[in-house]
Amino acid sequence: MVDFADIAIDVNHVSKQFRSHSEPGKTFKERFLTYRKSVVEDFAALTDVNFTVKTGETLGVLGHNGSGKSTLLKCIAGTVRPSEGVVRVRGRLSALLELGAGFHPDLTGRENIFLNGVILGFSREHVEKIFDDIVEFSELSEFIDTQVKYYSSGMYARLGFAVAVNLEPDVLLIDEVLAVGDEAFQRKCIERVRGFQAEGRTILLVTHSPEQVRFLCDEAVVLDQGKMIHFGDVNEAVTRYRQSLADRGHQVPDDHGQRPVGPDGEPLASLKQTAVRGPGGETEFKTGDTITFVASFTTQPQLDYVRARLVLHDHQGMLLTNISTSDITGGDLDVRQAGGKEHTVEFTIDNLPLLDGQYMASFVLQSPDEADEYHRIDQKLSFNVSSSSAIGGRVAFDFKLSTDTPLIEG
Amino acid sequence: MTTAELSPPPLLENGTRSAGLRQRLTDIWNYRELLLSLIQRELKVRYKGSVLGFAWTLLNPLLYLVVYTIVFKVIIQSPIERFGLYLLSGLLVYNLFSVGLTAATTSITSNGPLVQKVWFPREILPLASIGANCVTFCFQLIILLTGLAVFRQAPEWSMLWLTIPAILVTLLLSVGLGLFLSALNVYFRDVQHFLELGLMVWFWLTPIIYPYAGQADKLPIGRMAMINPLTPVVTVFHRVVYNPTNFERTIDNEKTFGILIDEGTLWYVGNLSMAFVVSMGLLLLGFKIFDRLEANLGEEI
Repeated sequence: MVDFADIAIDVNHVSKQFRSHSEPGKTFKERFLTYRKSVVEDFAALTDVNFTVKTGETLGVLGHNGSGKSTLLKCIAGTVRPSEGVVRVRGRLSALLELGAGFHPDLTGRENIFLNGVILGFSREHVEKIFDDIVEFSELSEFIDTQVKYYSSGMYARLGFAVAVNLEPDVLLIDEVLAVGDEAFQRKCIERVRGFQAEGRTILLVTHSPEQVRFLCDEAVVLDQGKMIHFGDVNEAVTRYRQSLADRGHQVPDDHGQRPVGPDGEPLASLKQTAVRGPGGETEFKTGDTITFVASFTTQPQLDYVRARLVLHDHQGMLLTNISTSDITGGDLDVRQAGGKEHTVEFTIDNLPLLDGQYMASFVLQSPDEADEYHRIDQKLSFNVSSSSAIGGRVAFDFKLSTDTPLIEG
Repeated sequence: MTTAELSPPPLLENGTRSAGLRQRLTDIWNYRELLLSLIQRELKVRYKGSVLGFAWTLLNPLLYLVVYTIVFKVIIQSPIERFGLYLLSGLLVYNLFSVGLTAATTSITSNGPLVQKVWFPREILPLASIGANCVTFCFQLIILLTGLAVFRQAPEWSMLWLTIPAILVTLLLSVGLGLFLSALNVYFRDVQHFLELGLMVWFWLTPIIYPYAGQADKLPIGRMAMINPLTPVVTVFHRVVYNPTNFERTIDNEKTFGILIDEGTLWYVGNLSMAFVVSMGLLLLGFKIFDRLEANLGEEI
């Protein structure tokens, strides 16, 4: 029995059918001309989707294009009426408007902030109180009295995000908008989302990015052609999502197939613990530091050789490196001795060439021919790097400079 | 967190449910700040980027005045005295209806992204368009009042109150039709084009340029013209604002208003009541149809 007292979003057996006209005629003429031909079919955008989100939790919604993510979000936001089922929401809901959908180009940033706040159901008085916070967060104070039609799309998005998060709604819906703005602003958004979580607010995040789900969400829902194929554990969700992509013939970013098992049904090799640390056990790093990625694992006796692989991503999920033990040493790990006992493998970089940012590490154990993947722990390890330089980007290359013009000593 | 624990808001079904009239009116009331903000937005945005700006609000009826006066007074030689005042007293209130309705009809389609993303009572959009037009109407009244002052012509004080129910009927009518048409326009964009033609016909069916008396009431069907709810509204404005008693003439020792019906207040009240019933009926029907069409607005837009 679900205890409804701490439920913030209740999506109760929701289905939504749309009338699908092959090309929906928007004028009488179109409709009459195609009257006989038009086969009005009911297209099921959502079929019996059923889940709840507890107050203070962050739920990710994953799904391929056309899986019904947006329809689900619209049902929760209340802009689409479900054909069957009920959606209930506790408290004030604020939707992150895609690129400031509520903005009027001819109004100034200031006027739009008020308008947007009122559209989202807050009083002018409330918007007045948090107006300065919004402006500060958006970093647009110089342009706040400029008409927003002169804004860049990034500025638009920043203002939209600033309004939505600063209104302090009880429930926040985020629809794939975390990918806008420059890196600094993105990090700020993510931090803000983290702050939201800390304040015990409820978030529903719709995204294509498994990394974001893993990074930010407590639980996840996976949609496939309008059906909910998973609700619960985040890692499991990512696996199911990738499977559903594969089933639809899409390229699978990381294949999580069945793990090969020994005769006793146990996996042939399992990662036990993974860690990132400096020589003195540090967990925060500066560019140029020494950094070590450690993994311990166990193997079954029948396994002779294992290849370990380290994968690094930035916080947006961009791949930085994917390197294996054999790439470094030309060989693989010989695990014939002392089978069953824990082994460790350490990847060390002496002069960390990463710039300011948040990064994630993954470990993979595979067979030397890379045909079998024994185990993988995806991006569970995150670490921060800070750099004192003003260089932009992710990588600190070791540049030399030569020029035929005189150089002024800085 | 603590405040949330003190008074956890209830778990409520969200906005798209099919709702009864009472619930709809409550929702609209709860969102009155949005209504005001949208009215403000519409007024602010309307003349942004134009040199004359708000002056257009006044220039528009003035230009009508000039053109129609030339055509009907100079060329066609209409017998109506002080034709400009006669025209304006009917035209402004007709515009209150027609301009508001036109804006209301496209109000939902032109706010597509908003309607798809955020829930609020959708009636707010057509209501805001009509509301903004009310403000315009008030400013345009200034021209009419100036006209009265220039001609040193007093309105019919004893019947002045009739303009209030007349305006009410006009608004009820435009809201009722506006609700219906704004939602229908999402499904069929033809609606806005049909409306343009429809309003042109409606304009000529309403005694704005020609007098009611001596023309419409001579029809074999008699008071059939009053089926058009705007006819009683416009005749009230003619009687009260244009107020022909100011230059009443005597023909064969009998007083006549010449171009207006020589009837008492009761006649106007009766006609207005009829128009009120029609408009109220259309308004309720408008809400009913709006509720039906609303379910898929977010999709069809």
